[in-house]
Amino acid sequence: MPETESGDSLHADLWLDSTLASVDRGEAVAVEAAGKLGFDADTQQDIGIAVRESLVNAVAHGNRYSAKKKVHLRVWTAPRGLILEIEDQGKGFDPDDVPDPLEGDNLMRHSGRGLLMIRAYMDELNHTKLQPEGTRVRMVKYLPKAGS
Amino acid sequence: MSAKLTTRQVGDVTVLDASGRITLGEGSTTFREKIKELAAAGSKKVLINMGDISYIDSSGIGELVSGYTTITNSGGALKLLNLGKRVQDLLQITKLYTVFETFDDEAAAIRSFS
Repeated sequence: MPETESGDSLHADLWLDSTLASVDRGEAVAVEAAGKLGFDADTQQDIGIAVRESLVNAVAHGNRYSAKKKVHLRVWTAPRGLILEIEDQGKGFDPDDVPDPLEGDNLMRHSGRGLLMIRAYMDELNHTKLQPEGTRVRMVKYLPKAGS
Repeated sequence: MSAKLTTRQVGDVTVLDASGRITLGEGSTTFREKIKELAAAGSKKVLINMGDISYIDSSGIGELVSGYTTITNSGGALKLLNLGKRVQDLLQITKLYTVFETFDDEAAAIRSFS
């Protein structure tokens, strides 16, 4: 696997179909990388859920299950932790426009909690609108510092 | 393993024993259909035993909320039993601990409906 100057090592680079089977596969790859890095079982599941939520957003909301569109998943293991990037080929969205699921009547909505869960389980989360289309989500989970 | 749901009757309370994964797709659909079935059958007191749920995503949480709304709107009550640490954490993250009545003890949960 290629390695960057900072010591990041590319664990996986996958172009996935816009299907729920891809969500399962991407989650499994991320959990495997997290295990390889030494995250405990609980944190591996946190990471798995965060990746699942992000992949569902890409497959369902971004690409709208289109057979013509792909989701690009890249996973790096790094000295500071696990880095994941998920790109879709949808119209893009502004995360600030997503209604706060903790606010008022939103609490009882059926959907809209994915981003909240990703933020809860990961240490960094960034969205970038791609040109001419698509969204890139980058998230990072830090390894616990030795002795903590 | 996808969601597996079985029902049993304890007095007038319908206990739904749930196990496996409630995630977008088969798991969430199975859960939604079962709640609809209970509502259509006139179940007014529903206790979901989450003790063997190994995994739940935002879609699964959404199904719990929809189930709560469906049963409540039909004049009933839906409560949760045996939440594992992960589901408890999720109810905290999503603030849904303010909505759901939860129990660790089945007998106490059953009594709470009367």
